[in-house]
Amino acid sequence: MSDTHLDGNSVGGLLLEVFGREMTAAQGRCGACGAVNVFAALVVYRDAPGDVLRCPSCGSVVMVMVSLPGCVRVSFGSLSWMEIREG
Amino acid sequence: MEGTAVQRRLTWLIAEVVDANQETPRVRSLGLEVPGWEGHEPGQHIDIRLTAPDGYQAQRSYSIATPSDGERITITVELVDDGEVSPYLVEEVRRGDRFEVRGPIGGYFVWEPGEGSPLQLVGGGSGIVPLMAMIRARVAVGTDEPVRMLVSARSIDDLIYRSELEATAINDDGIELVTTLTRSQPPDWSGPSRRVDREMLDENGFPPAARPICFVCGPTGFVETVATALVELGHEPERVKTERFGPTGG
Repeated sequence: MSDTHLDGNSVGGLLLEVFGREMTAAQGRCGACGAVNVFAALVVYRDAPGDVLRCPSCGSVVMVMVSLPGCVRVSFGSLSWMEIREG
Repeated sequence: MEGTAVQRRLTWLIAEVVDANQETPRVRSLGLEVPGWEGHEPGQHIDIRLTAPDGYQAQRSYSIATPSDGERITITVELVDDGEVSPYLVEEVRRGDRFEVRGPIGGYFVWEPGEGSPLQLVGGGSGIVPLMAMIRARVAVGTDEPVRMLVSARSIDDLIYRSELEATAINDDGIELVTTLTRSQPPDWSGPSRRVDREMLDENGFPPAARPICFVCGPTGFVETVATALVELGHEPERVKTERFGPTGG
């Protein structure tokens, strides 16, 4: 258990692995409160093997990534959209 | 669509330790030669993966301390007591040792010389590392963005890159350095001796009207205090970029 949180920068490598591209500067919208933030600004609790990404505005769980042997399982919570810039 | 979908997959590369430099009693910089490294931007980080003989793996992230330089990168690591990875990197690793790295990682907490805006850097403890990559890039390229750096360290002996920072601030009129020492100060210390707060940022930072781009890096509590204060002072939230690290990162 971690008693402190980090931010989305800390899961930049995992996000890159999952999405195949840089994601910390990508924007996402929390469907629970409507706030739009870059992934780098999400509140992240890293408790191996799971990383919980929360909305910095309302605290809702936006997304969870669980690293399992040979795969990463991604669950989407309140993430209503994400915007990935081309290029 | 094999062969057509060229996606930038993040692969693990083998890094060899080619240089080691003790920065402070608890902090060491490691020069790494990484065949296949394709360059990076100041502010980016790498993931390091260590594998034990029994297959157990531990992975941590470390900021890159230097601008892009071929296949050579430098990281600066602070010892975290009871950590799984930092004791190896700070106390044990030797030249010639190898481990896995992947990167560069990050596209938000990055800055390139020539961006144009004044650059406001605020670092706490080893949060200074990615900010140092920005300073070093700014000095190497010789662009003219004015830079103000505010660094918080526990004591003068805990100030990472101290001599280089002090020399840079003396030699480059465009770079101002203010250090606050929060736990102990030398007898002749004339700088601030408390944690970074709104007043200190107001006195030593660029005014919001100068529209600086601000980078804040350090422990979570430090970053949140500083970022909140900068926005309260009138800086645009989108121009206050933050990166947190914590004791879980050891």
